[in-house]
Amino acid sequence: MEITARGLWTLIHGMGFGALYLLACSGALVELYFFTASHQLSPPAPNHERFLKAYLIAMVMLAWFAVLSGTYVIYPWYRAPPPPGAADLSMFPQHLLMSSCTTSGWHSLGMEWKEHVAWFAPISITTVAFVFLRYGRDLRNHRQLRAAVLCFALVSFLAAGVAGLFGALINKQAPVQCGHTFQLRAGGER
Amino acid sequence: MTTPFHSASPQIPALPNGSGAAAILSAGIGAFALAVLSIAADKSALVKSSLNFYAPTGPLSGVTTVAILLWIVTWVILEGRWRSRTVAIGRINAAALALLGLGLLLTFPPLADIF
Repeated sequence: MEITARGLWTLIHGMGFGALYLLACSGALVELYFFTASHQLSPPAPNHERFLKAYLIAMVMLAWFAVLSGTYVIYPWYRAPPPPGAADLSMFPQHLLMSSCTTSGWHSLGMEWKEHVAWFAPISITTVAFVFLRYGRDLRNHRQLRAAVLCFALVSFLAAGVAGLFGALINKQAPVQCGHTFQLRAGGER
Repeated sequence: MTTPFHSASPQIPALPNGSGAAAILSAGIGAFALAVLSIAADKSALVKSSLNFYAPTGPLSGVTTVAILLWIVTWVILEGRWRSRTVAIGRINAAALALLGLGLLLTFPPLADIF
């Protein structure tokens, strides 16, 4: 049982940052909706507000770690050009996908979309977090600002969802692999 | 005796909306800039090479760096101007969400390829 260095980084990027962000996003949408709703019967508890602020800050960090690790660690491995005349393209995912008309769409549509739309997630959630940190419970009294915050949170969720979905599907078609191998567990004889 | 929390109708805001409006509009501008820059880098060899800030990542490094810088600079400027003001949030919201929506659409390759 082993994993390559590139496989491990892909795991950290996709599962550690991306999937965790998506999970957090669904919770944040619900929390933001109810916390800032003007029809609440009682004022929110201060520790509830503090918790939501910390939660949003953690989400901002997750979103930025996800796009930065994707763009500057994983993506260079994905798009690396193979040496001239290379027959085995398994270490060069983009070129492997582009080598067949049955898989080229995973790059020309999937990766081309993912690499740009993913950046909408940190931009949007940073905005959401800033506005919530600044206004807190007072956001209940700014109905239009609240509506915009919820829209940005939703866009962040959708952008991360598209990026995560294509990331998983592309990695299934042409995994980013190679590099140092880490032995996780020695295999026993069957 | 504490004042009861009247919730059915919003209370008077304690803070002006300018700071929030600045954050929202600048994010819309940043998102739209990212989409426009990605199309420009795809269509123009000159833009593509000039946005190649970090060779292993290619023009994506420049597209995202410039868009982020535009977003931050716009945010700082708007924050400085609107921080203590109440602004026309309805129009600003509409503009920001339109820019964000257009940006999202323009990152979708079949639509970006129209240009």
